[in-house]
Amino acid sequence: MSTSADIGLWGVPLAILGGAIRVSTPFLFVSLGECLTERSGRINLGLEGTLVFGAMAGYAIAFQTGSAWAGVLAAALAGTVFGLFHGWICKFRGVNDIAIGIAMMLLGSGLAFFFGKPYIQPVAPDLPAIPLGWWSDVTQVQAALQINVLFLIGAAFSVALWWVFKSTRVGLTIRVVGDSTDAARAMGLNPDLVRLLATAAGGALAGVGGAYLSLYYPGSWNEGVSSGQGLMAVALVIFARWNPVYCFWAALLFGGAGALGPALQSVGVSQGYYLFYAAPYVLTLGLLIATSSPNRALEGAPGELSITK
Amino acid sequence: MSELATTPTVPSRTSALQVLMPRAEAVVIPLVALLTGLIVFSLFLVAVGKSPADFYALVYKAGFSSSFSWQNTLSRVAPLLLAALCVALPARLGLVVIGGEGAIALGGLAAAVVGVWLAGAPSVIGFALMVVAAMLVGGAWIGAVGALRFRRGVNETIASLLMAYIAIALMNHWVEGMFRDPTSLNKPSTTPLPPALRVGEMPIGIDVHWGFAAGVLACIASWVLIERTTLGFAARIAGDNVRAAQVQGLPVGKLIIGFTALGGAFAGLAGFFEVAAVHGSANGSLVSGYGYTGILIAFLARHNPLAIIPVAILLGGFEASSGLIQRRMDLPDATVVVLEGIVFVAILLSETFYGRFRIFTAAYWAKP
Amino acid sequence: MSNTLSLSRRRFLTTTATAAGAAALGAALPASRAHAAGDLTVGFIYVGPKDDFGYNQAHAEGAAAVKAMSGVTVVEEENVPETVDVQNTMQSMINFDGASLLFPTSFGYFDPHILEMAVKYPDVRFEHAGGMWSADKHPMNVGSYFGYIGMGQFLNGITAGHATKTKKIGFVAAKPIPQVLLNINSFLLGARQVDPTITCQVIFTGEWSLAVKEAEATNALADQGCDVITCHVDGPKVVMETAAGRGAYICGYHANQSPLAPDMYLTGAEWNWAGVYTGMVQTVLDGGEIGNFVRGGLAEGFIKMSPLGPAVSDAARAQFEETKAKIMAGGYAVINGPMSDNKGNVIATAGQSFVETDVALESMDYLVDGVIGSTS
Repeated sequence: MSTSADIGLWGVPLAILGGAIRVSTPFLFVSLGECLTERSGRINLGLEGTLVFGAMAGYAIAFQTGSAWAGVLAAALAGTVFGLFHGWICKFRGVNDIAIGIAMMLLGSGLAFFFGKPYIQPVAPDLPAIPLGWWSDVTQVQAALQINVLFLIGAAFSVALWWVFKSTRVGLTIRVVGDSTDAARAMGLNPDLVRLLATAAGGALAGVGGAYLSLYYPGSWNEGVSSGQGLMAVALVIFARWNPVYCFWAALLFGGAGALGPALQSVGVSQGYYLFYAAPYVLTLGLLIATSSPNRALEGAPGELSITK
Repeated sequence: MSELATTPTVPSRTSALQVLMPRAEAVVIPLVALLTGLIVFSLFLVAVGKSPADFYALVYKAGFSSSFSWQNTLSRVAPLLLAALCVALPARLGLVVIGGEGAIALGGLAAAVVGVWLAGAPSVIGFALMVVAAMLVGGAWIGAVGALRFRRGVNETIASLLMAYIAIALMNHWVEGMFRDPTSLNKPSTTPLPPALRVGEMPIGIDVHWGFAAGVLACIASWVLIERTTLGFAARIAGDNVRAAQVQGLPVGKLIIGFTALGGAFAGLAGFFEVAAVHGSANGSLVSGYGYTGILIAFLARHNPLAIIPVAILLGGFEASSGLIQRRMDLPDATVVVLEGIVFVAILLSETFYGRFRIFTAAYWAKP
Repeated sequence: MSNTLSLSRRRFLTTTATAAGAAALGAALPASRAHAAGDLTVGFIYVGPKDDFGYNQAHAEGAAAVKAMSGVTVVEEENVPETVDVQNTMQSMINFDGASLLFPTSFGYFDPHILEMAVKYPDVRFEHAGGMWSADKHPMNVGSYFGYIGMGQFLNGITAGHATKTKKIGFVAAKPIPQVLLNINSFLLGARQVDPTITCQVIFTGEWSLAVKEAEATNALADQGCDVITCHVDGPKVVMETAAGRGAYICGYHANQSPLAPDMYLTGAEWNWAGVYTGMVQTVLDGGEIGNFVRGGLAEGFIKMSPLGPAVSDAARAQFEETKAKIMAGGYAVINGPMSDNKGNVIATAGQSFVETDVALESMDYLVDGVIGSTS
């Protein structure tokens, strides 16, 4: 049994690393889901609502069944239903996908709060973590490298999704639909169906991200469990340039920036903590401004995406 | 938009229906959608074992039945009207701005700081400068979103959201730092405004402050701007097709920055009224979700500033009834959020029915 | 603040409209409506969910106790923001439910919301937790009550002082306001009763309820080697679970969080609103008057300590009980001079003490020497 060492200022980079891993997973799942949906030419701003509902559903089912993995599955299913609903509504002419997203955000959160009341108190089982810090004697390193299985799944999935887009027929289909509805129709594809499925899959991923929140970190269900992670993930997709692997790095960066505030206070830099807490938003905005350009379409942006038109 | 499309000169032989029905479309479709949403919500209530009749009776009782009910409803509406304009005005240019909350927070802080600084000045000057400060700060904040959109191509939805988080952090930082009244012990706030710079209630017998009148006026003014001025006409063209607007030589950049800034200025004004009429100082209570409810209202009103007024009153009534529903029906406070979400989806879905019914065309009613 | 008085609970319960009682209460309000048995409706308003394992739950448990009294109807509303919303909620309870005694429990409800409603409804009694009622500024139908929960954090600190091996303890706090600062200082000073070299690291989250940030703050404390952690946020559940998960001992706050991690839970500073509220409601039922400025501590039954957990050593238990007995006896002081804050300013000169009832403590704006953190 090792003891905790006095690591002083090393606590800051370590906390950022640990925080990046702990905090990033919901961002990762939602941004991968959003990436998949947007690649098909739709934008789903409602993933915030899906995330919150997934957090509630995952916690409730985990509590009822005693199995955290059953909770994750339930969250994915709930997310799929929300995704299908969004995808179905958006196929109608004249319906604005961004607006529907905002409505779904409201509806998802409302339903989650409505049905989630009885689950604020109970304690549901947590998802397991893998102690990847066994090689170190320092408990802080061990703690930072307590890596949740979902994080690893998310990391693997981002590479897999990248490969799917790059080298598979499914990926090609999604990209064609996302770039041009007319071209897709000419190729005999059904754009509405592809988008419906892509939005449903995106919803499932966002639901899993929610389950991570309630079942691992911070690991309980309450009405403030999400502080806008689902919305921020949509921003991350834009500066990740619709590339799943970049989504992974963007989520890590955002998670790490979020850990900065508490870590700095813990080593005595305690003034202006509100501003440190705003660091992830400032960083994201700065990156968005730096990487955007008025003169050319965003590199990697799906042509049919309303948000970039 | 359909109003301008129909020719205003009515030939004598056209019937009244021929004129009315095309205009009725924009009223009938949302009303049917609203009704549908209420029916779906009723089914939801039945599914969870509650009585929809009880529910709507309580909404009526708490929101619309008596002078207190109307006070309960209307006193919530003032910030909602102004926050909705922060969404509806940019929407005329095709922009989706969702960060009004930040402009409310910073506008409120600006008003509070200026008001304390001007304590002792004649109240006319004090009020004027507080309003100007709040609107300038709010306008600059959301105007910056428009500028980023036009100059750098930064997506305005995401940028406004990020800037709302940053604005709230700044507001908290300053309220608990340099502008903190040291005697505000357990609720860090700015120094309270002098009584002469507090906004009072309107003389209508119920406690509804002047922010409501200001909000209604702002909605009417915005409607005139959009529907009856060349500026508004240009904005609508740019909203439909930026390329076409630029080809016609319209100043698209100025329009984008101007409309976002005006929306932000109205959100800042909401912050002014929250500080001067409700809280008496700026503090964390300024962040209470009005900006987000404003998004909902603007979309339900289809970004028509005049429609914002009834929609805001309807939603104010729903929210006014939330407490009574908790207490009488043993339903959670989120019940009203579910209702709003369902109605929101129903109204958005109804967009698809515009232009699909022949009875809303003049030709259908034309005499053969 | 001349009208300060801490009532003993027994005294409190029996306070009727006797002249002596009224005088002792300082500025007591003229008798409000007389209530026949069975027609008293009491309203409770919470700023968050009433099952948050924390601030709101503590009040809701008090409301539940009132609900069990005969002749009383309780109406409740949760998640009410500190805006015009709470004014409307109060009026709605008054107009639709006939409530004549209201407990709007969030601190932020006091100024301006309760104060405005009290002027508008002079026949209704408004009771507020934590407000600084003063006779020259505030209506007579408003009362403020609070408990010396800092003493509970002091006792928490004693168990923490015995349990810590690293001599570093941690505190997750929402905002640097007097109530919170007093708790942080008390926690450290309690621990220093055991070992004066102990330090306390504080992290402010800036919000009363923000799960992810609270978890991150807890982890940052654990990374710095803090091995006993407590908090002052509205819902301590996340801090408690995260800290226990990192192997740190935990001291509870607001309510009993021991079910969340029984082995790691040392003790906790809890509100005992059930006793306070039933006492106040009984006073009104009996036609009596509640004082306008009521404070109480352990002795008066305003606060209580969670049962000591299995990790508390015998030595800790003994010192805990001994100190608790001293506090119960009254006049106990946590801040004793000479003492300076963590910036070196003198806060108490030699021989100067601030006893628990001292109202000066309610405007505390410093962190004592040994606390690592800053008030702004």
